[in-house]
Amino acid sequence: METLWSPTKTGDTGGKWFLRILALVAIAAPILNQGVPASSAFHLSAYGITLIGKYLCYGMLALAVDLIWGYCGILSLGHTAFFSLGGYAIGMYLMRQIGPRGVYGDPILPDFMVFLNWKSLPWFWHGFNHFPFAVLMMVLAPGLLALVFGWFAFRSRVTGVYFSIITQALTYALMLAFFRNDMGFGGNNGFTDFKDILGFDLHSDLTRIVLLVITAAMLAGTYMACRAIVESRAGRVLHAIRDAESRTRFLGYPVESFKVWVFVFSAVIAGIAGALYVPQIGIINPSEFAPINSIEVVIWVAVGGRGTLYGAIVGAVLVNYAKTYLTGAFPEVWLYALGALFVLVTLFLPRGIIGLVQARVKT
Amino acid sequence: MRHLSSGGLWLFMLLLALGGLLPVEAQSPKDAAFLSTLNELRDASYSDKASIAERLSESGHPSVRAVLTALLEDRLYVRNGDQKIFIVRTTDADPLTLVDPVSLKSVGSVAADSMTLVGTNNGLRHTLRMTVAHFSLGSSDTDARLDAVHEMSLSLDDETVALLHKRLEVETNSRVRKAIDTALALAALDGPDGSGRLTAIATLSKSESQDVRNRLALLLDKSPDGSFVEGDPGVRTAAASAVASIDRWRNFYSGIQTLFFGLSLGSVLVLIAIGLAITFGVMGVINMAHGELMMLGAYTTYVVQTAMPGHIGISILVAIPAAFIVSGLMGVLMERTIIRHLYGRPLETLLATFGVSLLLQQMVRSIFTALNRSVVTPDWMSGELKLNDALSVTYNRLYIVIFTLIVFSVIMAVFKRTRLGLDIRAVSQNRAMAKAMGIRTEWVDAMTFGLGAGIAGVAGVALSQLTNVGPDLGQSYIIDSFMVVVFGGVGNLWGSLIGGISMGVINKLLEPWVGAVLAKIFVLVALILFIQVRPRGLFPPRGRASEDK
Repeated sequence: METLWSPTKTGDTGGKWFLRILALVAIAAPILNQGVPASSAFHLSAYGITLIGKYLCYGMLALAVDLIWGYCGILSLGHTAFFSLGGYAIGMYLMRQIGPRGVYGDPILPDFMVFLNWKSLPWFWHGFNHFPFAVLMMVLAPGLLALVFGWFAFRSRVTGVYFSIITQALTYALMLAFFRNDMGFGGNNGFTDFKDILGFDLHSDLTRIVLLVITAAMLAGTYMACRAIVESRAGRVLHAIRDAESRTRFLGYPVESFKVWVFVFSAVIAGIAGALYVPQIGIINPSEFAPINSIEVVIWVAVGGRGTLYGAIVGAVLVNYAKTYLTGAFPEVWLYALGALFVLVTLFLPRGIIGLVQARVKT
Repeated sequence: MRHLSSGGLWLFMLLLALGGLLPVEAQSPKDAAFLSTLNELRDASYSDKASIAERLSESGHPSVRAVLTALLEDRLYVRNGDQKIFIVRTTDADPLTLVDPVSLKSVGSVAADSMTLVGTNNGLRHTLRMTVAHFSLGSSDTDARLDAVHEMSLSLDDETVALLHKRLEVETNSRVRKAIDTALALAALDGPDGSGRLTAIATLSKSESQDVRNRLALLLDKSPDGSFVEGDPGVRTAAASAVASIDRWRNFYSGIQTLFFGLSLGSVLVLIAIGLAITFGVMGVINMAHGELMMLGAYTTYVVQTAMPGHIGISILVAIPAAFIVSGLMGVLMERTIIRHLYGRPLETLLATFGVSLLLQQMVRSIFTALNRSVVTPDWMSGELKLNDALSVTYNRLYIVIFTLIVFSVIMAVFKRTRLGLDIRAVSQNRAMAKAMGIRTEWVDAMTFGLGAGIAGVAGVALSQLTNVGPDLGQSYIIDSFMVVVFGGVGNLWGSLIGGISMGVINKLLEPWVGAVLAKIFVLVALILFIQVRPRGLFPPRGRASEDK
């Protein structure tokens, strides 16, 4: 039996270190961008800022997956569905913000609707010109989907690989749906060419820095919330469900409710991560829903160390950094490296990088 | 002496045979006349060409049909160098393969830009079609005769009707007879006498053709002045009921057609899922590299085909065992090096095999580049089987269905009738007990995985005929194959068969209503809902062992 985190081991040393590093990044990145002249070797480009912001969003998504997989044994292979829904919610707001500055200059309709010869805004686009409404939707859309899906699935006791595969079906179905022009979400081009958010220019360095700092703060916040959940009494029940679901049920705990709520919470975190991701990257399209992406997220978690929360974030950042570096430097090698990494990690590092570090620290 | 003379005879015959292969310069007078008429085509106007074509057809030379067909299909060319006329085999290849118009023998190939096309226009093509049809009516090939009758039924003058009548007297094939009957009835519709028209309508109502239906519907129209086109009310009633009857039958046949499409899609789904049903269902291993094993099979087909360029038709049959071996060996390799360390940890297996899938994809990219490779469809798989005017099935779909059934039967036979199958079932039911009975479980694991992987390779051969062979081939099918296995019930091969076929049929039944993409979405959503009702699929695994998973 593999040993994962258990509530008896108190003291979150690794988590504290993680929060310190995160704070350091959030402080250092703006200084290196603004305070250091562009000629210096220590200057951090706007591209670098965006890249770090992207990694942190991925870290948040990995955190969401680790919460349910590492602590409750629910392996979702469709978490990018929630991530993308959050992204689409904020994307709709950003599209409405473009206003008459689009290529076709229509004050209300986004470009792709003009292109499709639509005359009026579809009903589900109303309200997205208000930022608070978009924020509400980026939480509600993934949350409600997770609630309905989770309620049906867990109530019917769909578990293990069956659950994994229907989550995959879910995100695949959503991808196909969003690829359709008729859905009113821009078809396969999705949303792009955003101009500004709350009146701030998305292309300016300052906006990017603020977005990065907000992302770091949200990541820290969600991390602490997840930590609080897993250390609470409810967290112990989740842990029990992971290790012995039937026994927990026979002890009288409403297993299904616990699973549904932790699943919904995880989906909301993923949605927020997506909503932070889109303004920084500047594009959202249906390929974000691709099932392959969800599998990659699971792999970040496994590489970092399942069942540690911060390990998932570390895994997400490291794998994506390696991806950025290798696809740029040795595009041929990248898939070999990634493939070999997954094989080697599962065979030799069942507890991921964090497990390796913990073993070193102990001895 | 005897030996010598017999040797001399052989030499003589050899020379004779060689002579037969060489272009024959000495021509019979008939050939010469034919050639000189043919050569007039070079500078003739379109109307002259029509009369030349007529003279050619009257010459009775055996190559007339080939030459006129080539002219009709824009395959008749003049060589710029010596102004000789040649037939080219296909126009989409460069260099062009030349065929001598008199002997109809291949005489080498030449670059396309050194040849000039003998042009045609609409009027000329119409005349040519009729002429070719007249020729084809006497052909020994049934399909050629059918095409000829259809061609002639489009313009029914007295001469054509007379020809058809003559053919009907000697025709023995029932389908051709029916086609001629229909054509004659169509001609009789224009006849002056009402009872003749009624008989014609009675004949036509047995047809399934859209053209016939439209022709009959014309009888029900009104002229601009308000009177009916058809004066006789009895004929009108008969025509109306004939139209309704044809519509009914056409709907029926199009339903059958849709069912068949569904069946063939379902067969593809079964084929891609059946290997997974073995590895995932029987062994509990989630093999994310399943799609890549199919991709290996597809590339094997490509390699085999490239290795034997002259034998496309046979290469696909060679590719089936080759793909089984390539993918099967890869499967055994995977099992020995990776998967055996991960038994009992399905989610870890998922990650490791996903890693393998990336490795395989990149390997294929490194060897074959990222570009798609084209696998040629052999002749015996292209074309369609026309059952009647409303129903035809393409051969490749038909073969996929048959192929799937064969593969499935073979797998069932392996499971039920061989020692390996017995061992596999024993290990999957109770590993410890099987081991206690002396079964080498490790060996059985490797063989089971190899079998599943090999079947994936065989599925890849089929996929190479349906889709582009590229590094991403596997990814696009992996989700579908998982859905089929989960829908059918893990660990049950019959479940995968029934699950796959029904998913295919439902998908195709929905398609006319909502379109291809929505149909697929509906099937996915229906599957998600179905899992709520039957969390373990159509045929759930039974017994104690199933509780552990």
